[in-house]
Amino acid sequence: MKKDNKLGLAQAKARSTARAATVFLIPALLLITIFIIYPVIDTFVISGYKWNGISSDRFFVGMDNWKTLIHDEMFWKSFKHNLIVMVFSILLQIPLGMLLATFLDAGGKKFNLFKVIWFLPYLISSVAIAFLFNYALMTNGGIVSSLATIIKGQKTNIDLLGTAPNALYTVIGVMAWQFTPFYMVYFMAGYGNIDTTIYEAAVIDGATRWQYIKHIAIPLLGPIFKTACTMSLIGSLKYFDMIWNMTQGGPAGSTELMATYMYKLSFQQFNMGYGSTVAAGMFILITAIALIFNKVFKVKEDY
Amino acid sequence: MIKENMNEVDYRKSKIKSRIAWTIAIIFACLMLVLTLAPFFFMIMNSFRKQFDMLQQGVFHLPDPWIIENYVEVIEKGFFGYFLRSVIVVAISLVLMLIISAFAAYPLSRMKFKLNPWIYALIVAMMSVPMHVTLIPIFKLTTAVGFYDSLKSLIGPYVAFALPMSVFILTAFMKTIPKEIEESAEIDGCNRYKNFFFMILPLSKSGLSTLAIYNGVSMWNEFAFANTLLISPQNKTLPLALGQFKGEHAMNMPIIMAVLTLSVLPMIILFIIFQDKLVKGMMAGAVKG
Repeated sequence: MKKDNKLGLAQAKARSTARAATVFLIPALLLITIFIIYPVIDTFVISGYKWNGISSDRFFVGMDNWKTLIHDEMFWKSFKHNLIVMVFSILLQIPLGMLLATFLDAGGKKFNLFKVIWFLPYLISSVAIAFLFNYALMTNGGIVSSLATIIKGQKTNIDLLGTAPNALYTVIGVMAWQFTPFYMVYFMAGYGNIDTTIYEAAVIDGATRWQYIKHIAIPLLGPIFKTACTMSLIGSLKYFDMIWNMTQGGPAGSTELMATYMYKLSFQQFNMGYGSTVAAGMFILITAIALIFNKVFKVKEDY
Repeated sequence: MIKENMNEVDYRKSKIKSRIAWTIAIIFACLMLVLTLAPFFFMIMNSFRKQFDMLQQGVFHLPDPWIIENYVEVIEKGFFGYFLRSVIVVAISLVLMLIISAFAAYPLSRMKFKLNPWIYALIVAMMSVPMHVTLIPIFKLTTAVGFYDSLKSLIGPYVAFALPMSVFILTAFMKTIPKEIEESAEIDGCNRYKNFFFMILPLSKSGLSTLAIYNGVSMWNEFAFANTLLISPQNKTLPLALGQFKGEHAMNMPIIMAVLTLSVLPMIILFIIFQDKLVKGMMAGAVKG
Protein backbone atom coordinates (compact mmCIF):
# COMPACT_ATOMS: atom_id res chain seq x y z
CA MET A 1 0.00 0.00 0.00
CA LYS A 2 1.35 3.35 -0.95
CA LYS A 3 1.16 5.95 1.77
CA ASP A 4 0.17 9.45 0.83
CA ASN A 5 2.82 12.11 0.80
CA LYS A 6 1.74 13.91 3.97
CA LEU A 7 1.85 10.79 6.11
CA GLY A 8 5.28 9.94 4.76
CA LEU A 9 6.53 13.35 5.73
CA ALA A 10 5.13 13.05 9.25
CA GLN A 11 6.75 9.66 9.59
CA ALA A 12 10.07 10.98 8.42
CA LYS A 13 9.83 13.78 10.93
CA ALA A 14 8.98 11.37 13.76
CA ARG A 15 11.91 9.21 12.79
CA SER A 16 14.33 12.11 12.76
CA THR A 17 12.96 13.25 16.14
CA ALA A 18 13.54 9.80 17.57
CA ARG A 19 17.06 9.78 16.19
CA ALA A 20 17.88 13.19 17.66
CA ALA A 21 16.36 12.23 21.02
CA THR A 22 18.52 9.09 21.11
CA VAL A 23 21.68 11.06 20.40
CA PHE A 24 20.91 13.56 23.16
CA LEU A 25 19.89 10.95 25.73
CA ILE A 26 22.63 8.37 25.24
CA PRO A 27 25.35 9.91 27.46
CA ALA A 28 23.01 10.34 30.44
CA LEU A 29 21.46 6.90 30.10
CA LEU A 30 24.86 5.28 29.69
CA LEU A 31 26.26 6.85 32.86
CA ILE A 32 23.15 6.11 34.90
CA THR A 33 23.22 2.50 33.73
CA ILE A 34 26.91 2.01 34.54
CA PHE A 35 27.03 3.81 37.88
CA ILE A 36 23.53 3.41 39.33
CA ILE A 37 21.40 0.68 37.74
CA TYR A 38 24.13 -1.91 37.22
CA PRO A 39 25.61 -1.41 40.73
CA VAL A 40 22.21 -1.81 42.38
CA ILE A 41 21.65 -5.08 40.53
CA ASP A 42 25.22 -6.20 41.22
CA THR A 43 24.74 -5.53 44.94
CA PHE A 44 21.92 -8.06 44.95
CA VAL A 45 24.08 -10.51 42.94
CA ILE A 46 27.09 -10.19 45.28
CA SER A 47 24.77 -10.71 48.25
CA GLY A 48 24.55 -14.34 47.14
CA TYR A 49 28.29 -14.89 47.55
CA LYS A 50 30.93 -15.19 50.21
CA TRP A 51 33.62 -12.84 48.95
CA ASN A 52 36.41 -10.73 50.49
CA GLY A 53 36.36 -8.11 47.72
CA ILE A 54 39.92 -8.70 46.56
CA SER A 55 40.63 -12.32 45.66
CA SER A 56 39.10 -13.80 42.54
CA ASP A 57 37.58 -16.79 44.30
CA ARG A 58 34.14 -16.20 45.63
CA PHE A 59 31.74 -18.92 46.71
CA PHE A 60 28.08 -18.99 45.89
CA VAL A 61 26.20 -19.42 49.13
CA GLY A 62 22.63 -18.87 47.92
CA MET A 63 20.38 -17.28 50.49
CA ASP A 64 22.76 -17.87 53.42
CA ASN A 65 23.72 -14.19 53.73
CA TRP A 66 20.06 -13.18 53.72
CA LYS A 67 19.27 -15.71 56.44
CA THR A 68 22.13 -14.25 58.48
CA LEU A 69 20.79 -10.74 57.88
CA ILE A 70 17.34 -11.58 59.17
CA HIS A 71 18.81 -12.86 62.43
CA ASP A 72 21.57 -10.24 62.61
CA GLU A 73 20.97 -8.29 65.82
CA MET A 74 23.50 -5.64 64.87
CA PHE A 75 21.69 -4.88 61.62
CA TRP A 76 18.33 -4.44 63.30
CA LYS A 77 19.95 -2.41 66.05
CA SER A 78 21.43 -0.14 63.37
CA PHE A 79 18.04 0.13 61.73
CA LYS A 80 16.55 1.06 65.10
CA HIS A 81 19.18 3.79 65.48
CA ASN A 82 18.26 5.06 62.01
CA LEU A 83 14.63 5.24 63.14
CA ILE A 84 15.57 7.10 66.34
CA VAL A 85 17.65 9.55 64.30
CA MET A 86 14.71 9.93 61.92
CA VAL A 87 12.18 10.69 64.65
CA PHE A 88 14.43 13.20 66.41
CA SER A 89 15.44 14.83 63.14
CA ILE A 90 11.81 15.47 62.31
CA LEU A 91 11.00 16.58 65.87
CA LEU A 92 14.00 18.90 66.25
CA GLN A 93 15.10 20.26 62.90
CA ILE A 94 11.77 20.98 61.28
CA PRO A 95 10.03 22.81 64.18
CA LEU A 96 13.22 24.69 65.01
CA GLY A 97 13.76 25.64 61.38
CA MET A 98 10.18 26.79 61.16
CA LEU A 99 10.49 28.83 64.35
CA LEU A 100 13.57 30.62 63.06
CA ALA A 101 11.92 31.22 59.68
CA THR A 102 8.82 32.63 61.39
CA PHE A 103 10.97 34.93 63.49
CA LEU A 104 12.82 36.17 60.40
CA ASP A 105 9.61 36.56 58.42
CA ALA A 106 7.96 38.53 61.20
CA GLY A 107 11.02 40.72 61.72
CA GLY A 108 11.71 41.47 58.08
CA LYS A 109 14.92 42.98 56.74
CA LYS A 110 16.27 44.27 60.05
CA PHE A 111 17.01 40.69 61.18
CA ASN A 112 19.22 39.96 58.20
CA LEU A 113 22.26 39.44 60.40
CA PHE A 114 20.47 36.66 62.29
CA LYS A 115 19.68 34.98 59.00
CA VAL A 116 23.26 35.12 57.75
CA ILE A 117 24.73 33.72 60.96
CA TRP A 118 22.09 31.03 61.42
CA PHE A 119 22.80 29.77 57.94
CA LEU A 120 26.55 29.24 58.55
CA PRO A 121 26.44 25.63 59.84
CA TYR A 122 24.85 24.45 56.61
CA LEU A 123 27.91 25.69 54.70
CA ILE A 124 30.21 23.20 56.38
CA SER A 125 30.58 19.63 55.17
CA SER A 126 29.43 16.77 57.40
CA VAL A 127 33.03 15.56 57.60
CA ALA A 128 34.30 18.91 58.87
CA ILE A 129 31.43 19.09 61.37
CA ALA A 130 32.32 15.65 62.67
CA PHE A 131 35.94 16.62 63.34
CA LEU A 132 34.98 19.99 64.79
CA PHE A 133 32.51 18.57 67.31
CA ASN A 134 34.78 15.67 68.18
CA TYR A 135 37.18 18.23 69.61
CA ALA A 136 34.68 20.86 70.75
CA LEU A 137 32.82 18.27 72.86
CA MET A 138 35.95 16.67 74.30
CA THR A 139 35.46 15.13 77.72
CA ASN A 140 38.41 16.97 79.17
CA GLY A 141 38.28 20.71 78.49
CA GLY A 142 35.62 20.72 75.77
CA ILE A 143 32.89 23.35 75.62
CA VAL A 144 30.21 21.40 77.49
CA SER A 145 32.56 20.09 80.17
CA SER A 146 33.94 23.60 80.70
CA LEU A 147 30.44 25.06 81.01
CA ALA A 148 29.54 22.40 83.55
CA THR A 149 32.74 23.18 85.44
CA ILE A 150 31.76 26.85 85.66
CA ILE A 151 28.19 26.10 86.74
CA LYS A 152 29.17 23.53 89.36
CA GLY A 153 32.21 25.46 90.52
CA GLN A 154 34.39 22.38 90.42
CA LYS A 155 36.14 20.41 87.70
CA THR A 156 33.52 18.39 85.85
CA ASN A 157 34.01 16.06 82.91
CA ILE A 158 31.04 15.18 80.75
CA ASP A 159 31.64 12.32 78.35
CA LEU A 160 29.25 13.01 75.50
CA LEU A 161 30.60 10.81 72.73
CA GLY A 162 32.32 8.02 74.64
CA THR A 163 29.45 6.42 76.55
CA ALA A 164 26.54 4.43 75.24
CA PRO A 165 23.28 6.33 75.63
CA ASN A 166 24.91 9.78 75.42
CA ALA A 167 26.66 9.27 72.11
CA LEU A 168 23.54 8.74 69.99
CA TYR A 169 21.76 11.80 71.42
CA THR A 170 24.87 13.92 71.05
CA VAL A 171 25.10 12.93 67.42
CA ILE A 172 21.41 13.79 66.98
CA GLY A 173 22.07 17.20 68.51
CA VAL A 174 24.97 17.84 66.16
CA MET A 175 22.78 16.84 63.21
CA ALA A 176 20.21 19.38 64.37
CA TRP A 177 22.93 22.00 64.50
CA GLN A 178 23.86 21.18 60.92
CA PHE A 179 20.45 20.85 59.28
CA THR A 180 18.20 23.34 61.08
CA PRO A 181 19.45 26.15 58.78
CA PHE A 182 18.34 24.11 55.78
CA TYR A 183 14.76 23.92 57.04
CA MET A 184 14.92 27.55 58.10
CA VAL A 185 15.67 28.70 54.56
CA TYR A 186 13.19 26.19 53.23
CA PHE A 187 10.34 27.57 55.32
CA MET A 188 11.42 31.12 54.58
CA ALA A 189 10.98 30.34 50.90
CA GLY A 190 7.56 28.94 51.84
CA TYR A 191 6.58 32.18 53.56
CA GLY A 192 7.91 34.09 50.57
CA ASN A 193 5.76 32.11 48.16
CA ILE A 194 2.52 33.08 49.85
CA ASP A 195 0.73 35.62 47.68
CA THR A 196 1.34 39.12 49.07
CA THR A 197 -2.27 40.08 48.41
CA ILE A 198 -3.29 37.64 51.15
CA TYR A 199 -1.17 39.55 53.64
CA GLU A 200 -2.50 42.87 52.39
CA ALA A 201 -6.07 41.68 52.73
CA ALA A 202 -5.36 40.49 56.28
CA VAL A 203 -3.83 43.86 57.20
CA ILE A 204 -6.84 45.70 55.79
CA ASP A 205 -9.00 43.51 58.01
CA GLY A 206 -6.91 44.69 60.94
CA ALA A 207 -4.81 41.61 61.58
CA THR A 208 -1.41 42.08 63.18
CA ARG A 209 1.68 40.48 61.66
CA TRP A 210 1.55 37.77 64.30
CA GLN A 211 -2.13 37.02 63.77
CA TYR A 212 -1.46 36.76 60.06
CA ILE A 213 1.36 34.27 60.63
CA LYS A 214 -0.59 32.20 63.13
CA HIS A 215 -3.94 31.98 61.38
CA ILE A 216 -3.08 32.36 57.71
CA ALA A 217 0.57 31.72 56.85
CA ILE A 218 1.25 28.59 58.92
CA PRO A 219 -1.85 26.72 57.70
CA LEU A 220 -0.83 27.62 54.14
CA LEU A 221 2.58 25.98 54.71
CA GLY A 222 1.00 22.51 55.02
CA PRO A 223 2.28 20.99 51.76
CA ILE A 224 5.78 22.37 52.39
CA PHE A 225 5.70 20.75 55.79
CA LYS A 226 5.01 17.39 54.18
CA THR A 227 7.91 17.74 51.77
CA ALA A 228 10.21 18.77 54.62
CA CYS A 229 9.24 15.63 56.55
CA THR A 230 9.86 13.40 53.53
CA MET A 231 13.29 14.92 53.01
CA SER A 232 14.21 14.54 56.65
CA LEU A 233 12.95 10.97 56.67
CA ILE A 234 14.91 9.80 53.66
CA GLY A 235 17.98 11.79 54.67
CA SER A 236 18.14 10.19 58.09
CA LEU A 237 17.88 6.67 56.70
CA LYS A 238 20.94 7.27 54.51
CA TYR A 239 23.05 9.09 57.07
CA PHE A 240 26.74 8.21 56.94
CA ASP A 241 29.51 10.85 56.58
CA MET A 242 29.21 12.55 59.94
CA ILE A 243 28.75 9.45 62.08
CA TRP A 244 31.57 7.65 60.32
CA ASN A 245 33.98 10.48 61.07
CA MET A 246 32.72 11.14 64.56
CA THR A 247 32.20 7.78 66.24
CA GLN A 248 32.58 5.09 63.53
CA GLY A 249 29.39 3.65 64.98
CA GLY A 250 30.86 3.31 68.47
CA PRO A 251 31.10 3.13 71.40
CA ALA A 252 30.13 -0.54 71.26
CA GLY A 253 27.82 -0.07 68.30
CA SER A 254 25.65 2.47 70.09
CA THR A 255 25.67 4.91 67.15
CA GLU A 256 25.85 2.29 64.41
CA LEU A 257 23.60 3.08 61.45
CA MET A 258 22.80 0.84 58.50
CA ALA A 259 25.27 2.66 56.24
CA THR A 260 28.14 2.64 58.75
CA TYR A 261 27.52 -1.04 59.49
CA MET A 262 27.61 -1.82 55.77
CA TYR A 263 30.80 0.21 55.33
CA LYS A 264 32.51 -1.44 58.28
CA LEU A 265 31.67 -4.94 57.05
CA SER A 266 32.76 -4.22 53.48
CA PHE A 267 35.77 -1.96 53.71
CA GLN A 268 37.23 -2.70 57.14
CA GLN A 269 36.48 -6.39 57.58
CA PHE A 270 36.45 -7.10 53.83
CA ASN A 271 33.35 -9.19 54.08
CA MET A 272 31.90 -7.81 50.86
CA GLY A 273 29.44 -10.62 50.28
CA TYR A 274 27.64 -9.96 53.52
CA GLY A 275 28.28 -6.20 53.22
CA SER A 276 26.34 -6.28 49.96
CA THR A 277 23.51 -8.10 51.67
CA VAL A 278 23.32 -5.32 54.27
CA ALA A 279 23.41 -2.71 51.47
CA ALA A 280 20.63 -4.50 49.61
CA GLY A 281 18.60 -4.77 52.83
CA MET A 282 19.09 -1.07 53.37
CA PHE A 283 17.90 -0.39 49.82
CA ILE A 284 14.74 -2.43 50.36
CA LEU A 285 13.95 -0.80 53.72
CA ILE A 286 14.51 2.77 52.48
CA THR A 287 12.43 2.25 49.35
CA ALA A 288 9.62 0.63 51.32
CA ILE A 289 9.51 3.35 53.98
CA ALA A 290 9.58 6.12 51.37
CA LEU A 291 6.74 4.51 49.42
CA ILE A 292 4.60 3.94 52.50
CA PHE A 293 5.19 7.48 53.72
CA ASN A 294 4.25 8.99 50.37
CA LYS A 295 1.11 6.89 50.17
CA VAL A 296 -0.07 7.72 53.68
CA PHE A 297 0.47 11.44 53.15
CA LYS A 298 -1.21 11.45 49.75
CA VAL A 299 -4.35 9.94 51.24
CA LYS A 300 -4.43 12.64 53.90
CA GLU A 301 -3.94 15.36 51.34
CA ASP A 302 -6.93 14.24 49.30
CA TYR A 303 -9.47 15.13 51.97
CA MET B 1 -12.85 43.74 61.97
CA ILE B 2 -10.44 42.98 64.76
CA LYS B 3 -9.48 46.60 65.18
CA GLU B 4 -13.06 47.82 65.31
CA ASN B 5 -13.98 45.51 68.17
CA MET B 6 -11.02 46.49 70.26
CA ASN B 7 -11.46 49.18 72.86
CA GLU B 8 -8.60 51.23 74.24
CA VAL B 9 -7.77 48.88 77.16
CA ASP B 10 -7.66 45.81 74.95
CA TYR B 11 -5.46 47.60 72.53
CA ARG B 12 -2.96 48.55 75.22
CA LYS B 13 -3.04 45.04 76.65
CA SER B 14 -2.27 43.51 73.30
CA LYS B 15 0.54 45.96 72.79
CA ILE B 16 2.16 44.93 76.08
CA LYS B 17 1.60 41.32 75.20
CA SER B 18 3.29 41.70 71.87
CA ARG B 19 6.20 43.49 73.50
CA ILE B 20 6.68 40.58 75.92
CA ALA B 21 6.43 38.13 73.06
CA TRP B 22 9.07 40.02 71.12
CA THR B 23 11.40 40.15 74.11
CA ILE B 24 11.15 36.39 74.53
CA ALA B 25 11.67 35.89 70.81
CA ILE B 26 14.77 38.07 70.77
CA ILE B 27 16.26 36.28 73.78
CA PHE B 28 15.64 32.97 72.07
CA ALA B 29 17.15 34.30 68.85
CA CYS B 30 20.30 35.44 70.65
CA LEU B 31 20.58 32.07 72.35
CA MET B 32 20.45 30.41 68.95
CA LEU B 33 23.09 32.82 67.76
CA VAL B 34 25.43 31.74 70.55
CA LEU B 35 24.71 28.05 69.86
CA THR B 36 25.47 28.56 66.20
CA LEU B 37 28.66 30.51 66.70
CA ALA B 38 30.23 28.65 69.63
CA PRO B 39 31.75 25.83 67.52
CA PHE B 40 33.12 28.35 65.01
CA PHE B 41 34.63 30.34 67.85
CA PHE B 42 36.19 27.14 69.20
CA MET B 43 37.60 26.27 65.78
CA ILE B 44 39.15 29.64 65.00
CA MET B 45 40.54 30.29 68.49
CA ASN B 46 42.15 26.89 68.67
CA SER B 47 43.74 27.17 65.27
CA PHE B 48 45.84 30.04 66.70
CA ARG B 49 46.80 28.31 69.96
CA LYS B 50 49.91 26.45 70.98
CA GLN B 51 49.41 22.72 71.37
CA PHE B 52 48.49 22.59 75.08
CA ASP B 53 47.25 26.14 75.42
CA MET B 54 43.57 25.20 75.69
CA LEU B 55 44.11 22.58 78.38
CA GLN B 56 46.12 25.04 80.46
CA GLN B 57 44.02 28.18 79.95
CA GLY B 58 40.56 26.73 79.46
CA VAL B 59 38.39 26.78 76.40
CA PHE B 60 36.91 30.24 76.95
CA HIS B 61 40.27 31.92 77.21
CA LEU B 62 41.71 33.70 74.19
CA PRO B 63 44.89 32.15 72.74
CA ASP B 64 47.99 33.16 74.65
CA PRO B 65 50.16 33.72 72.68
CA TRP B 66 48.50 33.88 69.24
CA ILE B 67 50.57 31.88 66.77
CA ILE B 68 50.26 31.16 63.05
CA GLU B 69 52.70 28.26 63.03
CA ASN B 70 49.79 25.81 62.81
CA TYR B 71 48.75 27.24 59.46
CA VAL B 72 52.33 27.28 58.23
CA GLU B 73 52.74 23.62 59.12
CA VAL B 74 49.45 22.61 57.52
CA ILE B 75 50.37 24.36 54.29
CA GLU B 76 53.87 22.89 54.32
CA LYS B 77 52.41 19.42 54.77
CA GLY B 78 50.55 19.70 51.46
CA PHE B 79 47.17 21.22 52.28
CA PHE B 80 46.97 22.92 48.89
CA GLY B 81 47.57 19.59 47.16
CA TYR B 82 44.31 18.30 48.63
CA PHE B 83 42.67 21.57 47.72
CA LEU B 84 43.89 21.47 44.13
CA ARG B 85 42.80 17.86 43.62
CA SER B 86 39.33 18.73 44.86
CA VAL B 87 39.20 21.68 42.47
CA ILE B 88 40.21 19.45 39.54
CA VAL B 89 37.71 16.69 40.29
CA VAL B 90 34.82 19.07 40.96
CA ALA B 91 35.55 21.21 37.88
CA ILE B 92 35.71 18.27 35.47
CA SER B 93 32.71 16.49 36.98
CA LEU B 94 30.65 19.64 37.05
CA VAL B 95 31.26 20.59 33.42
CA LEU B 96 30.53 17.05 32.22
CA MET B 97 27.45 16.82 34.39
CA LEU B 98 26.01 20.12 33.16
CA ILE B 99 26.53 19.28 29.49
CA ILE B 100 25.16 15.76 29.79
CA SER B 101 22.11 16.76 31.82
CA ALA B 102 21.30 19.60 29.42
CA PHE B 103 21.63 17.10 26.57
CA ALA B 104 19.16 14.78 28.25
CA ALA B 105 16.74 17.47 29.36
CA TYR B 106 16.42 18.90 25.85
CA PRO B 107 14.59 15.99 24.16
CA LEU B 108 12.70 15.17 27.37
CA SER B 109 11.27 18.68 27.59
CA ARG B 110 10.78 19.61 23.93
CA MET B 111 10.43 16.53 21.71
CA LYS B 112 7.57 14.13 21.21
CA PHE B 113 8.61 10.49 20.99
CA LYS B 114 7.09 7.27 22.24
CA LEU B 115 9.55 6.46 25.03
CA ASN B 116 9.74 10.00 26.42
CA PRO B 117 7.58 9.52 29.56
CA TRP B 118 9.25 6.18 30.32
CA ILE B 119 12.80 7.46 30.08
CA TYR B 120 11.88 10.51 32.13
CA ALA B 121 10.31 8.33 34.83
CA LEU B 122 13.35 6.06 34.88
CA ILE B 123 15.78 8.94 35.33
CA VAL B 124 13.67 10.63 38.00
CA ALA B 125 13.28 7.35 39.91
CA MET B 126 17.09 7.17 40.17
CA MET B 127 16.99 10.19 42.51
CA SER B 128 15.93 7.96 45.38
CA VAL B 129 18.73 5.39 45.08
CA PRO B 130 21.07 5.77 48.09
CA MET B 131 24.66 5.93 46.89
CA HIS B 132 25.83 3.58 49.65
CA VAL B 133 24.03 0.72 47.96
CA THR B 134 26.30 1.14 44.94
CA LEU B 135 29.61 1.46 46.82
CA ILE B 136 30.76 -2.17 46.62
CA PRO B 137 29.98 -2.70 42.91
CA ILE B 138 31.56 0.65 42.02
CA PHE B 139 34.65 -0.29 44.06
CA LYS B 140 34.71 -3.57 42.13
CA LEU B 141 34.27 -1.82 38.79
CA THR B 142 36.96 0.74 39.58
CA THR B 143 39.56 -1.89 40.46
CA ALA B 144 38.60 -3.91 37.38
CA VAL B 145 39.32 -1.04 34.96
CA GLY B 146 42.45 0.04 36.87
CA PHE B 147 41.12 3.41 38.04
CA TYR B 148 41.43 2.57 41.74
CA ASP B 149 43.33 5.21 43.76
CA SER B 150 43.23 7.83 41.02
CA LEU B 151 41.19 11.01 40.67
CA LYS B 152 39.45 9.78 37.53
CA SER B 153 37.72 7.07 39.55
CA LEU B 154 35.55 9.75 41.17
CA ILE B 155 34.33 11.50 38.03
CA GLY B 156 31.98 8.77 36.80
CA PRO B 157 30.11 8.31 40.11
CA TYR B 158 29.98 12.07 40.77
CA VAL B 159 28.48 12.83 37.37
CA ALA B 160 26.08 9.89 37.41
CA PHE B 161 24.67 10.61 40.87
CA ALA B 162 24.18 14.29 40.09
CA LEU B 163 22.38 13.57 36.83
CA PRO B 164 18.88 12.46 37.91
CA MET B 165 18.11 15.59 39.92
CA SER B 166 19.74 17.87 37.37
CA VAL B 167 17.78 16.35 34.49
CA PHE B 168 14.62 16.69 36.58
CA ILE B 169 15.21 20.39 37.27
CA LEU B 170 16.43 21.25 33.77
CA THR B 171 13.53 19.47 32.07
CA ALA B 172 11.10 21.55 34.09
CA PHE B 173 13.15 24.64 33.31
CA MET B 174 13.33 24.04 29.55
CA LYS B 175 9.58 23.44 29.39
CA THR B 176 9.08 27.08 30.30
CA ILE B 177 10.98 28.30 27.21
CA PRO B 178 8.37 29.18 24.56
CA LYS B 179 8.02 26.78 21.63
CA GLU B 180 7.95 29.64 19.09
CA ILE B 181 11.66 30.23 19.55
CA GLU B 182 12.56 26.93 17.96
CA GLU B 183 9.88 27.19 15.31
CA SER B 184 11.17 30.53 14.10
CA ALA B 185 14.73 29.24 14.22
CA GLU B 186 13.70 26.21 12.19
CA ILE B 187 12.29 28.47 9.51
CA ASP B 188 15.63 30.22 9.44
CA GLY B 189 17.22 26.87 8.71
CA CYS B 190 18.40 25.73 12.13
CA ASN B 191 18.29 22.00 12.81
CA ARG B 192 17.76 20.48 16.24
CA TYR B 193 21.42 20.40 17.13
CA LYS B 194 21.98 24.03 16.22
CA ASN B 195 18.76 24.87 18.07
CA PHE B 196 20.09 23.25 21.19
CA PHE B 197 23.50 24.90 21.19
CA PHE B 198 22.48 28.38 20.03
CA MET B 199 18.97 28.77 21.45
CA ILE B 200 18.08 26.45 24.31
CA LEU B 201 21.45 26.20 26.03
CA PRO B 202 22.01 29.99 26.35
CA LEU B 203 18.42 30.43 27.55
CA SER B 204 18.94 27.80 30.27
CA LYS B 205 21.85 29.64 31.85
CA SER B 206 20.11 30.54 35.10
CA GLY B 207 18.90 26.96 35.62
CA LEU B 208 22.38 25.65 34.89
CA SER B 209 24.03 28.04 37.35
CA THR B 210 21.70 26.96 40.17
CA LEU B 211 22.57 23.35 39.42
CA ALA B 212 26.27 24.18 39.30
CA ILE B 213 26.13 25.64 42.80
CA TYR B 214 24.13 22.82 44.33
CA ASN B 215 26.13 20.01 42.76
CA GLY B 216 29.41 21.85 43.12
CA VAL B 217 28.89 22.07 46.86
CA SER B 218 27.90 18.44 47.25
CA MET B 219 30.80 17.21 45.09
CA TRP B 220 33.21 19.45 47.00
CA ASN B 221 32.05 17.85 50.26
CA GLU B 222 31.71 14.29 48.98
CA PHE B 223 33.24 11.76 51.35
CA ALA B 224 32.04 8.18 50.90
CA PHE B 225 33.17 7.56 47.30
CA ALA B 226 36.44 9.42 47.84
CA ASN B 227 37.18 7.46 51.01
CA THR B 228 36.45 4.17 49.25
CA LEU B 229 38.22 4.78 45.95
CA LEU B 230 41.33 6.75 47.01
CA ILE B 231 43.99 5.31 49.27
CA SER B 232 47.34 7.14 48.99
CA PRO B 233 47.69 10.59 50.58
CA GLN B 234 49.04 12.13 47.36
CA ASN B 235 45.75 11.25 45.62
CA LYS B 236 43.24 12.22 48.30
CA THR B 237 40.74 15.07 48.02
CA LEU B 238 39.97 17.79 50.56
CA PRO B 239 37.31 15.96 52.63
CA LEU B 240 39.90 13.25 53.31
CA ALA B 241 42.59 15.74 54.32
CA LEU B 242 41.12 15.98 57.82
CA GLY B 243 41.42 12.27 58.44
CA GLN B 244 44.93 12.25 57.01
CA PHE B 245 46.11 15.09 59.25
CA LYS B 246 44.38 13.57 62.25
CA GLY B 247 46.18 10.31 61.63
CA GLU B 248 49.50 12.12 61.83
CA HIS B 249 48.70 14.67 64.56
CA ALA B 250 45.89 13.17 66.65
CA MET B 251 47.18 14.83 69.80
CA ASN B 252 47.85 18.20 68.21
CA MET B 253 44.38 19.71 68.10
CA PRO B 254 45.43 23.19 66.91
CA ILE B 255 46.81 21.63 63.72
CA ILE B 256 43.47 19.92 63.03
CA MET B 257 41.63 23.17 63.74
CA ALA B 258 43.86 24.99 61.25
CA VAL B 259 43.05 22.38 58.60
CA LEU B 260 39.36 22.75 59.45
CA THR B 261 39.44 26.54 59.24
CA LEU B 262 41.22 26.44 55.90
CA SER B 263 38.79 23.90 54.44
CA VAL B 264 35.72 25.79 55.66
CA LEU B 265 37.03 29.14 54.43
CA PRO B 266 36.28 28.82 50.68
CA MET B 267 32.58 28.20 51.34
CA ILE B 268 32.35 31.11 53.76
CA ILE B 269 34.03 33.44 51.25
CA LEU B 270 31.68 32.31 48.47
CA PHE B 271 28.77 32.80 50.85
CA ILE B 272 29.82 36.36 51.63
CA ILE B 273 30.20 37.24 47.94
CA PHE B 274 27.18 35.47 46.42
CA GLN B 275 24.91 35.21 49.45
CA ASP B 276 21.45 34.95 47.88
CA LYS B 277 22.54 33.05 44.80
CA LEU B 278 24.44 30.53 46.89
CA VAL B 279 21.59 29.97 49.34
CA LYS B 280 19.18 29.52 46.46
CA GLY B 281 21.52 27.10 44.75
CA MET B 282 22.14 25.06 47.88
CA MET B 283 18.40 24.75 48.39
CA ALA B 284 17.91 23.37 44.87
CA GLY B 285 18.12 19.88 46.29
CA ALA B 286 14.90 20.56 48.14
CA VAL B 287 12.85 19.72 45.08
CA LYS B 288 14.01 16.12 45.50
CA GLY B 289 11.24 15.38 47.97
